[in-house]
Amino acid sequence: MQTWVFTDEAGATSTALEILTKARSFDGDLAVVYAGPASDDTVAALGSHGASRVFHIDPGDALPAAGVTAALGDLVAEHGPDLLLFGQGYTDRDVAGRLSARLDRPVLAGAVDIAVEGGGVRVMNEILGGTTIVETAFDGEGPWIAIVRPKSFAAEPGGEAAPEVVPVAMPEPGPATIVERHEEPATGPKLEEANIVVSGGRGMGTEEAFGGIEELAGLLGAAVGATRAVVDAGWVPYSLQVGQTGKTVKPGVYVALGISGAMQHAVGMKDAGTIISVNKDEEAPIFGISDLGIVGDVHKILPQLLEALKARG
Amino acid sequence: MKIAVCVKQIPDPNTPYELDAETHFVVRPQEQVLDDTDRYGVELALQIAEAGDAEIVLVSMGPTGSLQGIRQALAMGADRAIVVDDAALRGSGALPTAKVLAAAIGPEGPDLVITGTESTDGYTGVVPQQLAELLGLPALTFARKIEIGDGSLRIERQTADGYDVVECPLPAVVSVTSGAVEPRYPTFKGIMAAKQKPIDQPSLGDLGVSPESVGVGGSRQTITGVRPAPAREAGRLVTDEGEAYLEIVKILEETKVI
Repeated sequence: MQTWVFTDEAGATSTALEILTKARSFDGDLAVVYAGPASDDTVAALGSHGASRVFHIDPGDALPAAGVTAALGDLVAEHGPDLLLFGQGYTDRDVAGRLSARLDRPVLAGAVDIAVEGGGVRVMNEILGGTTIVETAFDGEGPWIAIVRPKSFAAEPGGEAAPEVVPVAMPEPGPATIVERHEEPATGPKLEEANIVVSGGRGMGTEEAFGGIEELAGLLGAAVGATRAVVDAGWVPYSLQVGQTGKTVKPGVYVALGISGAMQHAVGMKDAGTIISVNKDEEAPIFGISDLGIVGDVHKILPQLLEALKARG
Repeated sequence: MKIAVCVKQIPDPNTPYELDAETHFVVRPQEQVLDDTDRYGVELALQIAEAGDAEIVLVSMGPTGSLQGIRQALAMGADRAIVVDDAALRGSGALPTAKVLAAAIGPEGPDLVITGTESTDGYTGVVPQQLAELLGLPALTFARKIEIGDGSLRIERQTADGYDVVECPLPAVVSVTSGAVEPRYPTFKGIMAAKQKPIDQPSLGDLGVSPESVGVGGSRQTITGVRPAPAREAGRLVTDEGEAYLEIVKILEETKVI
């Protein structure tokens, strides 16, 4: 079994290390395809989590998808890996999708576990809000491609720190170019890493009222999250979306305000340590997974809570 | 200029989805709605058409049912639709979906193909990229802002820490995040006009797609098991009578958040 783990310009992300840790348990060769700027630290971290080889593609200022996919397609033809695993980052998804079409092989997305048995691979998905697990087997010949959800496995070191680095050329960069890069200064902890997350849903009513979520997060030292409905409304950027294709969070405490707990949201937060929720509808599915659920008007309860917290200083 | 917008009809997301006990596929009712996230793509196309001159063609694959969702998008202002529904498509995964869309879009020769980032029912989130690869086009994905220049496309692409500005020449595929534009509601006039707009319904044969490359067989994946996930126990439910916020303070203390 030859397994390759792809990681994009973000390098040795927690998701990449989680996937590597899992892939170490499969018998056989384990390599990483890294598409990003040269970085010794990245290579070392990938090696210490089990990669024996790192294929390095530097896309420069090309939008990676097309050029990296073409180079990766050639690599696959040369080496014949059985299984290609991707994280859920933006470029991960771009390359996984394009590669699947290029190789004419299926891609299974949203994997929370992977089983390798008797030369075959099965992928586990959570559906219907994480209440149901579906197990899907790849049919036919590999390479098989899967996209793995963040935090599906715990990352643990184990392996050689100095993997072999194989530079890979990208002869067809494609016509799309990155002309500017902007980092948006974030306040507070990162959503994926925060120990406390305060999230708001459509029940917050207005963008102004959603400001209360940000205020509460500030007081608690928490990260702000949101449902897809709030992102759709344009109140917060897509990067704060918690859920199926947004972020997966497992904080110690998750505060859900004005969130009904629709399936695609629950999947991204149901593994939090303690879930506290406020919703006006006592039938809201969020209460089914909450340690403390409050049926009430968030527009009354949130200001009271903010006052009480401020009074504590 | 010609713009193809990929749209999908899905079961109403406000009603619980059911799985067919035998096939494990989502049960699709006769009445399906337009995936809410597709309204952003339609709106973007309309704004481009209003700023210049463009024909907007909706392209969709899946059970047609009452075509209610397609009419919703036509009522917003799209010109016509191509909807591919064929019994052989049942059970198609992402790649067969992209193949059918590519076969329907290819002969149209659009300058721009607009998609959402992921559907609200399937959530694989790879169809735009597969489609672009099959059409041999660049895909500017996860766009939160879009500008069309003279034969070129410029977007702000969402990244993990901010955004990149990305450019490419047309033709191209662009996938838009929700919130990129503010979708309009159909007017009464738009709803009436939509009833007269052409909806072409080609068969797989018309598109030159072999039945073996789609559906359950073409998807090359088999659902081998469905089981309940370990359930999380519900805790306490309190109805607010004015002081429930104190319960939150208490649990925040217990969990040492404060």
